[in-house]
Amino acid sequence: MVEYRKIEILVGAFVFAGLLALTILAMKVSNLTDFGGGDGYEVKAKFDNIGGLKVRAPVKMAGVQIGRVAAIGFDNKTFQAVAVMKIDRKFNAIPKDTAAKIYTAGLLGEQYISLEPGGDEESLKDGDTIVLTSNAVVLEQVISQFLYSKAAGDDKSGS
Amino acid sequence: MLDLLQELGRWSLKGLQRLGRSNVFMLYVLGGIPMCVRRPRLVITQMFAVGVLSILIIFVSGLFVGMVLGLQGYNTLVDFGAEESLGVLVALSLVRELGPVVSALLFAGRAGSALTAEIGLMKATEQLSAMEMMAVDPLHRVIAPRLLAGIIAMPLLAAIFSAVGVFGGYLVGVGMLGVDDGAFWAQMQASVEIREDILNGVIKSLVFGVAVTWIAVFEGYDTLPTSEGIGRATTRTVVNSSLAVLAFDFILTALMFNK
Repeated sequence: MVEYRKIEILVGAFVFAGLLALTILAMKVSNLTDFGGGDGYEVKAKFDNIGGLKVRAPVKMAGVQIGRVAAIGFDNKTFQAVAVMKIDRKFNAIPKDTAAKIYTAGLLGEQYISLEPGGDEESLKDGDTIVLTSNAVVLEQVISQFLYSKAAGDDKSGS
Repeated sequence: MLDLLQELGRWSLKGLQRLGRSNVFMLYVLGGIPMCVRRPRLVITQMFAVGVLSILIIFVSGLFVGMVLGLQGYNTLVDFGAEESLGVLVALSLVRELGPVVSALLFAGRAGSALTAEIGLMKATEQLSAMEMMAVDPLHRVIAPRLLAGIIAMPLLAAIFSAVGVFGGYLVGVGMLGVDDGAFWAQMQASVEIREDILNGVIKSLVFGVAVTWIAVFEGYDTLPTSEGIGRATTRTVVNSSLAVLAFDFILTALMFNK
């Protein structure tokens, strides 16, 4: 009987350790607390070019993450990309004329959407569309533009 | 030539037969699960054998795998000036892959082989037949609690492995190599998703738990009742369940992380 009690205690400790490890993984290693669940509202934005933006990319305002990209679609009429952003419920007073821009974290890092607040009294609601957008900077375009302008500059000085 | 074909045919028929037997066997064993719920003592005793006794090896290997990941990852990342991403590297590789897979392989070697040998010996010494004589179904009384215990224990062991591994990576990365403490955790938390990564890791380890324990108890039950047969069955358990774990890992990874 005493033997069995010992086994039970050890098994209890084992299960506890396993659950504790899971909790640590959930709390400390991942971010269960923020943006994990579905609590938030959705806002759309249309871009001519989203570059390398991916689903689950962060949505930031003033550098602080306020949501995530929930889905990326394609508008068949305007031939634009539609990014659906899920913004945390806490941030519910974002002005209606907010501008959305796609930036890159670092030179070659992942891309994210940055929201820049406007001055409107009304705030964005679930299902609204952000009108003011600017596209992702595609590195190849920048480089080719730079090269072309450089070549053109060289031509001028040469002739 | 025909002999060769016959050999191949016999071999594949045998394999299919075994597969079918193992499925029927599993069906009967699952019929014994309700009894395990009524008599949890049987399961708890088995949890001790497969779970508690495996903790030490899981703990130590988790720690060392995490530490090695920390060292190797640091050496690679520091070339790109990205050593702050060490936490991401350690945590993702542990939670997604190494935690479930390595702990399943260890589990197959540590607990699976023991299960096979135990059940095989029970069969060889006719304890199973004796149970049947007493109108006790050995599949329900002996096999079902072991299967259930293995399935419960495996995800817990994998979680312990991953958590200890992350801690090992932290020890080496932050303690020894001087990666910034805050960046280590912050980048890790920013990149590891609860549903995408951790839940999928748990599902993986659950699948591995079912596969390894199933193979182990089936090999034990299906063994030739001789000492040589038990030896072979034990070897087969370790080989087959390791192969099964790796194959399932590929399939699950392709299904889960294929964007």
